[in-house]
Amino acid sequence: MTTDLRFRGAGPGRKAVVLLVELLLCAYALLVFYPLANMVLSSFRSTRDILRAPFALPTAFDLANYRAVWVDKGFGRYFLNSLWITATAMTLVLLLGSMAAYGVSRYKYRLSTLVYMLFLSGIMLPLKAAIIPLFILMKKLALVDKPLSVILIFVAMGLPSTVFILAGFMKSVPIDLEHAARIDGCNDWGIYRRIVMPVVAPAISLVTIYNAVPIWNDFFFPLVFLQSDKWKTLPVGLTSFFGQHSTNWSLLFTGLTIAVLPVLVLYLFMAKYFIRGMTAGAVK
Amino acid sequence: MTGKDARKGLWIAFFVLPGLAVVFTIILLPLFMSLFNSLFSWNQLLRGDFVGLGNFRKVFATEPYRTRFFNAIGNNLTWFLVTMLVQNSLGLFFGYLLSRRVPGHEFFKRVIFIPVLFSIVAVGFLWGLYLRPNGLFNGFLKLLGAGSLQRAWLGDENLATFSIIAVNIWRWVGFPSLVFLAAIDNVPVECLEAAYLDGAKEGTIFRRIILPLIVPSITVITVLTIIGSLNVFEQIFTMTGLDGSPNFSTDTIGTLFYRTAFGSVDSGNPEIGVGSAIGVVIYALTFGASILSIATLNRKEVEL
Repeated sequence: MTTDLRFRGAGPGRKAVVLLVELLLCAYALLVFYPLANMVLSSFRSTRDILRAPFALPTAFDLANYRAVWVDKGFGRYFLNSLWITATAMTLVLLLGSMAAYGVSRYKYRLSTLVYMLFLSGIMLPLKAAIIPLFILMKKLALVDKPLSVILIFVAMGLPSTVFILAGFMKSVPIDLEHAARIDGCNDWGIYRRIVMPVVAPAISLVTIYNAVPIWNDFFFPLVFLQSDKWKTLPVGLTSFFGQHSTNWSLLFTGLTIAVLPVLVLYLFMAKYFIRGMTAGAVK
Repeated sequence: MTGKDARKGLWIAFFVLPGLAVVFTIILLPLFMSLFNSLFSWNQLLRGDFVGLGNFRKVFATEPYRTRFFNAIGNNLTWFLVTMLVQNSLGLFFGYLLSRRVPGHEFFKRVIFIPVLFSIVAVGFLWGLYLRPNGLFNGFLKLLGAGSLQRAWLGDENLATFSIIAVNIWRWVGFPSLVFLAAIDNVPVECLEAAYLDGAKEGTIFRRIILPLIVPSITVITVLTIIGSLNVFEQIFTMTGLDGSPNFSTDTIGTLFYRTAFGSVDSGNPEIGVGSAIGVVIYALTFGASILSIATLNRKEVEL
């Protein structure tokens, strides 16, 4: 294409421009990679070494730090808490969200627009601003310091965008499929489960990533609601860990590496899905 | 016929009500409770007398709340302006370069997006370490022979907010970049090629063809930046602490709100009334600013 900035076959002026652009992008890539590489490398060095020569390489790869952080400092538990809380919340988001999307997009009734708008209102309302009434509510329900409190909040956080995205996809599923299934004796649940859901499966993967990453990373609500150590999620556990060991750089870098690496590894294998999923709300 | 209608109604209720119940209890009810609570005086978690707009008067006109509130709001404004100016322009620039299919664009696209995945908490703590006086960044300046530029990046009142914003840009610039990239990729190739063949200059094509056609994505990014700037909390919490040190110079409405709600700005106790008033202000600002920017940018939208 004539609009491409290719290097090969370009005139000398254009070649210089392309080289400059490449240099710039490489510099930026370094700005992304170096802090991460340094974090991983520093986790294998002693605090004294890090402070004396911050750019030097580790001399040995001793995993003692990792064992200490994962086992003694409880990161294993934080990690598992994050995992099952995110998984439970996401299951509920997908189930309730797809059902609601089905209910507002596949039936004609007078209140359907109102119901749809009620779901959408959540997109524009910052949930953090509601922390006081939420705290009072959870206290009344005796859910403070119970994982169910943050799971409920995460489900509410995920539903508006899920209904918005899935309803759009479900509207375009041909009504003839539904009629055919009905003649074969399918009821409404069967149509939702066997016809509509399989057709919108690609959108489900989109919605999953769109919601799971923010839920996995969320800090504010677990900070407020999960105080006892046995329920802490990874971001909250990382925070108390930083409070306790603020001068042990070696240990801090190990904790950070453990917190960051799982997502990074997953991204390496599924970069395309992550990019498509996370920008789903902003890209048509 | 009515039996069939009733059955349809029941099915709709079955599909819609569970989700609606969660959204109502967790999102809508707390919104109204915030409005309601902000009109009363509170003693810890016990509701007292009706005080009308008294809590709002406290926030806007009574010390120490007034100074803290306007200081925080000012910082949120700084966040918004710097993010729009630096992060989103940079994002537009990256998106544009990547759309031109420069060599290695698929690789760069993936790299730019990496930090977007990380939790703000991890990024905040990581850069918090690097920006300490004896950290990596000052070490880097020394390595370059620019030791005189070394600063206490998070300890200097005039620098701290900008340092934190810079870290946040490092984390998030990939997002606007790829949103703009997708938008530019959607511009019909025929338009661009025709302009090239007519001998139009790069700058002209960008200003006259690309920019007008990607206004919808500029709107989206602007709204998200407004919401993001008003929601700043974790960045401050991890890098300079809940008090927005040094000397409240990095305080934002999010950290102020948290301190008010859970104790405290004035007495050391949670102040539900004043806190709810600040919460209502956050709601109003987010909602109002989003509506406003959607309305103004919609008028600039061009249809092909």
